[in-house]
Amino acid sequence: MNPVLSVSRLEKRFGAVVAADALTLDIPAGQKISLIGANGAGKTTFVNMVTGYLKPDSGTILLDGMDIGRRSPRSVARLGISRSFQIPQLFVELTAAENLTVAISGIGTRMSLRAPAEAQGRRDKAVELLQRFGLADLADRPISELAGGVRKLIDIAMALVRRPKLLLLDEPTSGVSAEEKFTTMDRVIHAVAPDAATIVFVEHDMEIVSRYADRVVAFYQGRILADGLPADVLNNLEVRRYVTGGVR
Amino acid sequence: MKKGLHPLVMIALVAMVTLAGRALPTWTLSLATIAASNALIALGIVVLARTGNVSFGQGLFFAAGGYGVALIANTWGLTDAVAQVIVGAACGGLLGLVIGPLIARYSGIFFGMLTLALSMVFYGALVKSTALGGSDGFNVGRPSLFGMSFTDPREADFMLYAVSVIVTGFAGIAATILFRSEFGLASLAVRENNLRVEYLGLSANRIISINFLIAAIFAGASGAFALMAQRHIDPQFAYWTTSGEFVFVAVLAGNQSVAAVFVASMALELVRSFSNLYLPNTWQLVLGVFLLGVILFLPRGIGSLWIRDRHRRRHISATPPLTAERGAAP
Ligand SMILES: Nc1ncnc2c1ncn2[C@@H]1O[C@H](COP(=O)(O)OP(=O)(O)OP(=O)(O)O)[C@@H](O)[C@H]1O
Ligand SMILES: [Mg+2]
Repeated sequence: MNPVLSVSRLEKRFGAVVAADALTLDIPAGQKISLIGANGAGKTTFVNMVTGYLKPDSGTILLDGMDIGRRSPRSVARLGISRSFQIPQLFVELTAAENLTVAISGIGTRMSLRAPAEAQGRRDKAVELLQRFGLADLADRPISELAGGVRKLIDIAMALVRRPKLLLLDEPTSGVSAEEKFTTMDRVIHAVAPDAATIVFVEHDMEIVSRYADRVVAFYQGRILADGLPADVLNNLEVRRYVTGGVR
Repeated sequence: MKKGLHPLVMIALVAMVTLAGRALPTWTLSLATIAASNALIALGIVVLARTGNVSFGQGLFFAAGGYGVALIANTWGLTDAVAQVIVGAACGGLLGLVIGPLIARYSGIFFGMLTLALSMVFYGALVKSTALGGSDGFNVGRPSLFGMSFTDPREADFMLYAVSVIVTGFAGIAATILFRSEFGLASLAVRENNLRVEYLGLSANRIISINFLIAAIFAGASGAFALMAQRHIDPQFAYWTTSGEFVFVAVLAGNQSVAAVFVASMALELVRSFSNLYLPNTWQLVLGVFLLGVILFLPRGIGSLWIRDRHRRRHISATPPLTAERGAAP
């Protein structure tokens, strides 16, 4: 089967920093892939390039065979790649339901200047999505009143609205306490399942990685150090030296 | 979400205010006409401000509307008040349609300064243009309505009052519907995080351009009213102090309530005419003190007198009011 996303020889430098160094990677449909790597290894840069926020210096990014390397985030989103953010990017003065309503407006071709924001099932759809994340009772609370972990989930819910071909999650469990991380991740995986089958998630926690990923890609200084089954990658000597520190 | 007045109630309100003009003394009529006309352009600034962008150069569209109407009135003898408002709105709108997409990608202070710069370029061109009377401008005749001409000044004043109140009233109703709409919500989202808006597949520039266009249409129509009221036009229409006054009204009003724009505009006109009367030459001082007072005590504008916050309202009953807390203390 053809891969959903096919990245080849992707390069990106910030001055002297090499954030992406000949990245080559195929993502087949249906896989859950975890990106691991120390701080500054280039994981977010990879996500930023795939979603059109950063333009690669060279290399190609193909989505279902179409080159998307020069497209804008809006165009990439419309073609079927959605993402969540390491730091949630929400409309903090709007309520949780309103945030999702804006996301739902993004699906249509044109917005109405007359129809109430919550009309035409948008409100119901928004609440249904929140419900999946167990957040329905927070629907009418402004984001500014919500805790970081909840914001993270709403950020993911926003990314789901388009039912993306590829969903990129940047550290979905960061900021979640050790006791809650599995419940949170369970919730995310279940909530995401109906709308997104192919998932790439950036993760620092190796317990989460080994439990939820089908495949692990380890980054180090902009390069791919190892790519394969979780058990193999996590036991790779270089990965243990440069990424997981051998002890974690 | 918040519920407001039903549009039919608002239409009834507009009708009442219009008829009330019959009972008003003449000096209040012209004052209210100016207040309504200024409210219309300030409302446009509020519409645009909801995307996070403030225009300091609405005088550009105000003048475009005014000059457009004045030229057509003098060339083709178009005197009908309603037609003049439509022409003014069209002139402002056409200009807004061109300029909006060009400046939509700038934000914050750059956006504001660009609008200001464009209006000053227009001002400069008007002053230099001898065909348009240069800095003296030129006069136009009295407006008519549906073929009726008004020789009695009181009738003429009332006609202008009625048209301006009705047009501004309907613009206010339209703005209320817009604010509650899908598009209105997305506009607030642009103000907060335009990158996320793009990531959701929406065009922030398009949203800003459409709001900009609406503001330009309102400004052009307002220019037509100012022209009809003064029966004279000059480059002052495009001058930055003119634009500044409209921003002043918008800041006074805040961006939570359409009604607040009308209240703010009326308040400004009242302060202006009373201080002109009792404190000649110091009205700017009075105005400054008035604005300071509003900023200090109502930082979110006059509208916050009756709209607490977009969301806080629900929680008010849950928290004890301040006075009760104080009352409980020894
Ligand atoms: N916009 C930018 N401008 C300059 N340097 C950048 C930019 N974005 C990333 N970098 C640099 O590129 C390198 C990779 O950063 P990136 O954010 O991709 O790392 P990461 O793997 O996501 O790290 P973390 O785990 O801390 O999130 C870092 O050295 C970072 O400082
Ligand atoms: Mg990162």
